[in-house]
Amino acid sequence: MDKFMLVFHSPYSQETAFMEMSPEAMQAEIQKWNTWIGGIAAQGKLIGTDALAPVGKTMTKGGQVITDGPFTEGKEIVGGYMLLTAASLDEAVELAKGCPMFDSDGTVEVRPIINFE
Amino acid sequence: MALTGNESNQLVAHLFRHEAGRIASVLTCMFGFDRLDLAEDIVQDTMVQALQSWRFHGVPDNPRAWLYRVARNKALDVVRREKRFREMSTETAYGHQQENADTMQDRYFFDEEITDSQLRMLFAICHPAIGAESQMAMCLKILCGLSVREIAGAFLTTEETIAKRIYRAKEKLRQDGIQLEVPTGAQLLVRLDAVLKSIYLLFSEGYNSSNSDQLIRQDLCEEAMRLCLLLAQTPRTQRPSVDALLALMCFQAARFDARTDANGAIILLADQDRSRWNQTLIQQGHIYLNRSAEGAGPSEYHLEAGIAMLHCIAPTYEATSWSTVLMYYDLLLALKPSPVVALHRAVALAKVEGPQKALIEVANLSGLDAMHHYHAVLGDLYEQCGQVEPARIHYQRAMQLTTSMAEKELLRRKTER
Repeated sequence: MDKFMLVFHSPYSQETAFMEMSPEAMQAEIQKWNTWIGGIAAQGKLIGTDALAPVGKTMTKGGQVITDGPFTEGKEIVGGYMLLTAASLDEAVELAKGCPMFDSDGTVEVRPIINFE
Repeated sequence: MALTGNESNQLVAHLFRHEAGRIASVLTCMFGFDRLDLAEDIVQDTMVQALQSWRFHGVPDNPRAWLYRVARNKALDVVRREKRFREMSTETAYGHQQENADTMQDRYFFDEEITDSQLRMLFAICHPAIGAESQMAMCLKILCGLSVREIAGAFLTTEETIAKRIYRAKEKLRQDGIQLEVPTGAQLLVRLDAVLKSIYLLFSEGYNSSNSDQLIRQDLCEEAMRLCLLLAQTPRTQRPSVDALLALMCFQAARFDARTDANGAIILLADQDRSRWNQTLIQQGHIYLNRSAEGAGPSEYHLEAGIAMLHCIAPTYEATSWSTVLMYYDLLLALKPSPVVALHRAVALAKVEGPQKALIEVANLSGLDAMHHYHAVLGDLYEQCGQVEPARIHYQRAMQLTTSMAEKELLRRKTER
């Protein structure tokens, strides 16, 4: 079994859209994610998953320049990631197909984690 | 990082919405009415934090406790930041302004305090000084956790209109210095009447509106019943009229699903499949109606609940105890003289004494000409009398007046009979 990382990219507007969501819509969103992640966990293929807050700093120039961002309007940001195991890249892609990101114009990047052993 | 195995925890239906309402009430009682917007912001922050975390990590074992802890901590952050403990609004009225943050957090999120906060909020929002439409919008927004968009959808209006209604209510609450408290003594009965009226209006909006979205309409009915249940479960507000209104809403809600077919077309009471009526709700209706039978004479809700109950227990439309229904309508008309009640009474009168007699009664009513239901009843009575042409004219008039597509369709079928 190989390891893969799914990187969730979403439009910045989606991250801020959460602030406008109704409680009922938030609950529905949680249930969608729980169903998808629960399905992968039930197969014993989930290593871990987390969300990233839509805030932070970007450091450049040897760490000397620290800016807020890079979250400008209209840009995509990384909203979260998942680590999972799968037999192949194809299987990892198959597992990623149910990701609720796709319901809100998101993108999922599926990347094999290099095994150096 | 790993999922803790909680992913199988399922959220109770509408948990977010209902907890948002509870937390908003508790926080407003904590901060005072002038900080209602702050309370709403904290609620939204709390819910977003839950969304971010639960989405990936699953639902915690005790979701309510999780939400209360986060909301409380956010509230305490505000309190600490503003250092306004001593100036805390006198509206909190618990007399514990001197308390430190630790004892405060324990006090506000006990079940009793949550219920108490919701009741204070309910009485404040349903203050007679606030317009009925604003009251309904505020109840749904603050107490029931619906968004402005969802409320606009339910009332078939724009978000801007709903936002205005809410704004007006908040202004009124501030200007008139309406207190966040449950009135006592003689005041309680007067204000309770106003609260019940708002709750029933909310229920009727869901039950009778022309909105084709069945789910939204059912939501409004459920929320109205939930608010009434809050009053019925609290000893000092559990009055006979409260139980009677709850009974009435149970009997009506029991028939909710049976009133339309799979295509959304209206099925009249006479033609409904009575096996589709919700027996659990009917049983609950009986329990509350029995409990309501104490104290002074019956309220309008007692009589309306009695009528709704008679329909629920009748094996068929024809076998309904029409003479008792008529008697209840006579009492209701004496208690609340209104042409609309008289119109409903005429339907029962037609069953007991024949359509001719009912036609004469309805002909004497005034002020109903712009009401589609009036013409629908007239059409029906003429039809029963075998007078096809006047029946058709009134059905067509009703068709022009109603905005509901389902109702138009029903009337169209009638004109073609």
